[in-house]
Amino acid sequence: MIASDTSLNHEYLPILGLPDFRANASRIALGDDSPAIKEGRVGGVQCLGGTGALRIGAEFLRRWYNGNNNTTTPVYISSPSWENHNSVFTDAGFKDIRTYRYWDPAKRGLDLQGLLEDMEAAPEFSIFILHACAHNPTGTDPTQEQWKQIATVMKRRFLFPFFDSAYQGFASGCLDRDAWAVRYFVAQGFELFCAQSFSKNFGLYNERVGNLSVVGKDANNVQRVLSQMEKIARTTWSNPPSQGARIVATTLTSPLLFAEWKDNVKTMADRVLLMRSELRSRLEDLGTPGTWSHITDQIGMFSFTGLNPKQVDYMIKEKHIYLMASGRINMCGLTTKNLDYVASSIHEAVTKI
Amino acid sequence: MGRARGVPVLRLRPRSARLCRQQPGKCARKPRLRLRVPAPRAMALLQPSRLLGAATSRRACLAPAAARSSSWWSHVEMGPPDPILGVTEAFRRDTNTKKMNLGVGAYRDDNGKPYVLNCVRKAEAQIAAKKMDKEYLPIAGLAEFNKASAELALGETSEVIKNGRYVTVQSISGTGSLRIGANFLQRFFKSSHDVYLPKPSWGNHTPIFRDAGLQLQAYRYYDPKTCGFDFSGALDDISKIPEKSIILFHACAHNPTGVDPRPEQWKELASVVKKRNLFVFFDMAYQGFASGDINRDAWAVRHFIEQGINIVLSQSYAKNMGLYGERVGAFTVICSDAEEAKRVESQLKILIRPMYSNPPINGARIASTILNSPDLRKEWLGEVKGMADRIIGMRTQLVSNLKKEGSSYNWQHITDQIGMFCFTGLKPEQVERLTKEFSIYMTKDGRISVAGVTSGNVGYLAHAIYQVTK
Repeated sequence: MIASDTSLNHEYLPILGLPDFRANASRIALGDDSPAIKEGRVGGVQCLGGTGALRIGAEFLRRWYNGNNNTTTPVYISSPSWENHNSVFTDAGFKDIRTYRYWDPAKRGLDLQGLLEDMEAAPEFSIFILHACAHNPTGTDPTQEQWKQIATVMKRRFLFPFFDSAYQGFASGCLDRDAWAVRYFVAQGFELFCAQSFSKNFGLYNERVGNLSVVGKDANNVQRVLSQMEKIARTTWSNPPSQGARIVATTLTSPLLFAEWKDNVKTMADRVLLMRSELRSRLEDLGTPGTWSHITDQIGMFSFTGLNPKQVDYMIKEKHIYLMASGRINMCGLTTKNLDYVASSIHEAVTKI
Repeated sequence: MGRARGVPVLRLRPRSARLCRQQPGKCARKPRLRLRVPAPRAMALLQPSRLLGAATSRRACLAPAAARSSSWWSHVEMGPPDPILGVTEAFRRDTNTKKMNLGVGAYRDDNGKPYVLNCVRKAEAQIAAKKMDKEYLPIAGLAEFNKASAELALGETSEVIKNGRYVTVQSISGTGSLRIGANFLQRFFKSSHDVYLPKPSWGNHTPIFRDAGLQLQAYRYYDPKTCGFDFSGALDDISKIPEKSIILFHACAHNPTGVDPRPEQWKELASVVKKRNLFVFFDMAYQGFASGDINRDAWAVRHFIEQGINIVLSQSYAKNMGLYGERVGAFTVICSDAEEAKRVESQLKILIRPMYSNPPINGARIASTILNSPDLRKEWLGEVKGMADRIIGMRTQLVSNLKKEGSSYNWQHITDQIGMFCFTGLKPEQVERLTKEFSIYMTKDGRISVAGVTSGNVGYLAHAIYQVTK
């Protein structure tokens, strides 16, 4: 549609991006019937991918949150997290970057108690980076009940929620389900940021399509926030690239395309879910030592296999299977053609090393 | 990824709480405001002029009830509208049929319409036909684009290219390139954090360098008495700049004045710069667009390099390829040798990754296809010359129309200046009259984008200017 529309050109977008994209991207995150949107207290900033959204949000927080230019506000990042989170907030000027407990290697699951303890102990007004769904790299998400507990503590401690939503739709296959945590926080009255990426769920990786959704107490606050976001965007990239945003906006505003997209997303998510169950069952059939239920318990693109660095080394050097030293594998790299090989290789790594 | 020196190290704090510094101050009282809630479709940036001034009180006091009911953002001030892009927004709201937008520097054809280059359309068709995937680019961007971009600027026979003693990374157009450069210098240029800009310069230069943590200074450049280059003033100022400071030059088609040094003047500038051992940052946003000749427009850049000055360079393809919204640009660092270039590249990537991870592909693919296909490249050079020629033609027509109106002023500077912009010499009050009485929009400094002038409206423009200056 875009390619054949000769009325389109390559003119600059506004500084904050394509209006249709921003509004609809926020709508996707917060829901069609979001009261916050109805009340006009949601704003969007089109950014270059999820990274760009995180960075613009971080730059804004460093300038305007908890005072003016307060670089000492603690920023809490989950342990582990996507490595780039640390660099984003460091380069934005924050001096005190900490971790909060998240992954429990012993039980291969969420260390909820440690997480809540760290939140209770965090200085008031600290910023917490929360993965909205499909935690990277562990694939381990809090349950809805656990999210409720997290929200309770954050509210009591005046902690600022900064959601990183890179996989909406991709995790469970359902957009609404994957956005539950963000929407719950909004319903609880939080002001928050949500960095959205459309790299994975739209497959638009190299077009750099992202949106920073800002939820504030009221429209006036959000408008002033957006005006300051403009200044930050202007010195970072002046205005964002048009191509990818047009694609997403066109899709989200066309009922037919929107339905097709939701279906495509579910297809992608289902394939990943299939690979998870297939890998797990093969390992269990092989009798590979250890428990492998975490492979299907975890969600999204990644799985924290539990392989140790030596076993990972074996996988790379002997079996030519490339994965992260943390034992994280990208489930999308699995196909019906290589499942057997990967399963047997993991088996060898675990039994030999 | 290795850690660069000077990059703050992650400190893992013990779990014990630290007392947070609490800000004293009264509870923020925000004005009670009920705004019309815009429909989601139109939830774009709302016009700042319609909004109340922000509460400038300090952040909310910390009694839990009060903190819960107030906003984190009560103290956030309303930012002023961007002076340049704000002009376009005001223009859009104007209902006068004769209105003219001479604000933002985007090329328009003789019908006042945006111009998509034919070579761009052809390149797009070629790219679409290949049905490539959308996998991430490397952090430094599309390699074929980077190489072609460096060759375009430096010349294919440049010794720098032959020896590989440079690194070029793809950037988010000119702004993104300047930003990477500014951050890189802040982190690695230890000799100075002072950047000398010409007076005046592009409005966005200052905030870009400032946000990167550098200090801004200026050297004389524009002479308002002649509407031309203040050569002696520039030489005088530059000869007094502390050694090893950073100095920025516009490679061609100076923005906003349109005033460029002549080649013999560039030679003297280069000589002074060498004597003072200054670090040179070239901003080249208009290669090809100024004179119509890409080699001529890059002459200053190439001359400085030939004089042994290892510059850094920002390039933009927004104007010369009309790729504005695709955000195509490049940042180049000339190094001592290829090995240094590799180290510099690794640090540039470390800067880029936490900013936007990797650049957008669409525009770079288009630019790369054009630069690397002989036919398309030839067509592009012709189209760039066409755009430049049209602008030169409009300058000539504007001057002759002003004479016809009966203006007694010397308007020669309009044809002496080059590129998209013209510093008319109009004062703010005159600019305001042009906007209010004639619906002609330009920036307050009297800068017009000649690209917004057409054979259809040049007479109206001349008439209006005459009215406010007679």
